[in-house]
Amino acid sequence: MTHTSNDCSTQTHATQHSQAQRIALTRSSKDTAMFYRENGQFKTSYQADQQIFPIDQDRWAIAAIVAFAAFVLPLMVDEYLFRAILIPFLILSLAALGVNILVGYCGQISLGSGAFMAVGAYMAYNTYIRIEGVPLIFAILLGGFFATLVGIAFGIPSLRVKGLYLAVATLAAQFFCDWAFLRVGWFTNNNASGSVSVSDLSVLGLSISTPVEKYWFCLGFLVVFGLLAKNLVRSAIGREWMAIRDMDVAAAVIGIRPMYAKLSAFAVSSFIVGVAGALWGFVHLGSWEPAAFSIDRSFQLLFMVIIGGMGSIMGSFFGAAFIVALPIFLNQFLPWAGDLVGVAISTAAVSHAEFMIFGALIVWFLIVEPHGLAKLWSIGKQKLRLWPFPH
Amino acid sequence: MAFFLETLFGGLMAGMLYSLVALGFVLIFKASGVFNFAQGAMVLFAALAMARFSEWIPLWLDLDNKWIGNLLAFAVSTVLMFVLAWLIERLVLRHLVNQEGVTLLMATLGITYFIDGFGQTLFGSDIYKIDVGMPKDPMFVLEGLFDGGVMINQEDVIAAVVAAVLVAALSLFFQKTSTGRALRAVADDHQAAQSIGIPLNRIWVIVWCVAGITALVAGIIWGSKLGVQFSLTTVALRALPVIILGGLTSVPGAIIGGLIIGVGEKLSEVYLGPMVGGGIEIWFAYMLALVFLLFRPQGLFGEKIIDRV
Repeated sequence: MTHTSNDCSTQTHATQHSQAQRIALTRSSKDTAMFYRENGQFKTSYQADQQIFPIDQDRWAIAAIVAFAAFVLPLMVDEYLFRAILIPFLILSLAALGVNILVGYCGQISLGSGAFMAVGAYMAYNTYIRIEGVPLIFAILLGGFFATLVGIAFGIPSLRVKGLYLAVATLAAQFFCDWAFLRVGWFTNNNASGSVSVSDLSVLGLSISTPVEKYWFCLGFLVVFGLLAKNLVRSAIGREWMAIRDMDVAAAVIGIRPMYAKLSAFAVSSFIVGVAGALWGFVHLGSWEPAAFSIDRSFQLLFMVIIGGMGSIMGSFFGAAFIVALPIFLNQFLPWAGDLVGVAISTAAVSHAEFMIFGALIVWFLIVEPHGLAKLWSIGKQKLRLWPFPH
Repeated sequence: MAFFLETLFGGLMAGMLYSLVALGFVLIFKASGVFNFAQGAMVLFAALAMARFSEWIPLWLDLDNKWIGNLLAFAVSTVLMFVLAWLIERLVLRHLVNQEGVTLLMATLGITYFIDGFGQTLFGSDIYKIDVGMPKDPMFVLEGLFDGGVMINQEDVIAAVVAAVLVAALSLFFQKTSTGRALRAVADDHQAAQSIGIPLNRIWVIVWCVAGITALVAGIIWGSKLGVQFSLTTVALRALPVIILGGLTSVPGAIIGGLIIGVGEKLSEVYLGPMVGGGIEIWFAYMLALVFLLFRPQGLFGEKIIDRV
């Protein structure tokens, strides 16, 4: 294998690749016991080497998942599942993706993601109602654009301060936006309660009203932005972010401009988060108030990134799925488990248990597996590669 | 003028209470480099413990005397905070030694959630009262100078005195005892402290215990003022700008910062607020801290951070 790739992710694949290959060769090349095999896929051109998913299985798996999500899932599940789980999952994974770019890839902590979601939602709303006949997608993207501006503005302190101090600076964004959308009448079209609502959404003449249509709409956004993010983090700018994250002084020494790298991470991240916020308001909630984007939302997004896996695109999906599903699971499971032992468990107790489990999980992941569920996934994959031979 | 003075006093008193919470942050940051986001949760936990035990203990022991009940509740809550501090060190911090500040910050976020849930599971989640006999009536001072005098809450005055006593006691503890000296040594340089035989783990437990006590005191004062409820945790978020302003490592900074933020919040709310629609005290402190960060990242009294990039 003659890899001359300059892409780190391909390189790791290449090493795993050759390792698996070597193992396969030392045993028997006709060995078929290992059903998950990635060896034997040689790249003969740079183009083939630099694909997003260089391994056939990955490419097929992604295509199969997207096809399944788009065409099979809508036939299988009912409306409740769409509203309660699938749509929130899609939108929150988009938001988690954005947060992951900032926190996981560039190493700049953010406790103000909820605020950027709010900016996206409210600015998209203002575009939507103030400009006659504006296309929905344009309004949502414009919401993301304004979130970018706000993100850059609050990212400026990151040029001077980092870590703990930056956390406080992003908190400032959170509280300021909470206040602005509640008190400044213009943002909410002078609605006293700060609550706004949209209705009769449609794209290119197709209405978006049933849960399935909403689901497809969000899925489209997620697929596009997922591919975009996956490409970004393996491009030059993605590597700059990671260099800044790993050691900013060294990165500056080898010629990476910290200002450019940090602010671009803030910009890209808050754009994606802003779009997710607009979707959350327009598609999921329909009518919303600033409390929908409170500091709890910011923490929730950060937890998704920590639990899912910092610095991993796939981790964002895992984290979002986990955090959307866990409360629903606990709501079902805990009262049932309580019945078994004869204790009645109230909803308050369930929500407290939820707090405790989230807290404990965060600490557990930080101590035991700082790379989150995504790392567990890749460990599992590695095991599968060698199975059934442990060495 | 009287109105201005009233606002000013109100701000100073509120600032004193912020300083109490900020103190807990500073103590832990100084000794272990952990930015303890859980301080607010600890305040709530301590206040809940105090409120419920002062209710339960007289029932259990058939006590009539409110003072003894409160005293016992205080003692039990203190022990509880010590146990909590020990558990946090044992189960979390010990495993995260030498990690980056941001990781530790996120770990304390996890601790926050856990303590929030745990405290409410243990003690319930209604609004509780702490009655330690603080006078509720306002009093009027300087009646000779202004017409009608300046109104001050007696409660606030007592809270400020308690805070001042606590700060004095802490400074004595830090300056005059051998444990305090060890704490300062650890704060200065972990490695050097360890090499002359100061046990780091024990120091961390002690420092979290001290922070637990300040949380308890803050919880009692805030709790008797506002009632013990979940929103008490937001007090910690209000205290964050205080330490940014005062400097993360400075005890006097926490006090001065608290006073500045308290006064700034109240004055801005009263004089700037009406111009932009009110309710600005929530973010005003943060903006003040943010502006400060841009020009003087180490805060008023913090150690200078020599760190480009």
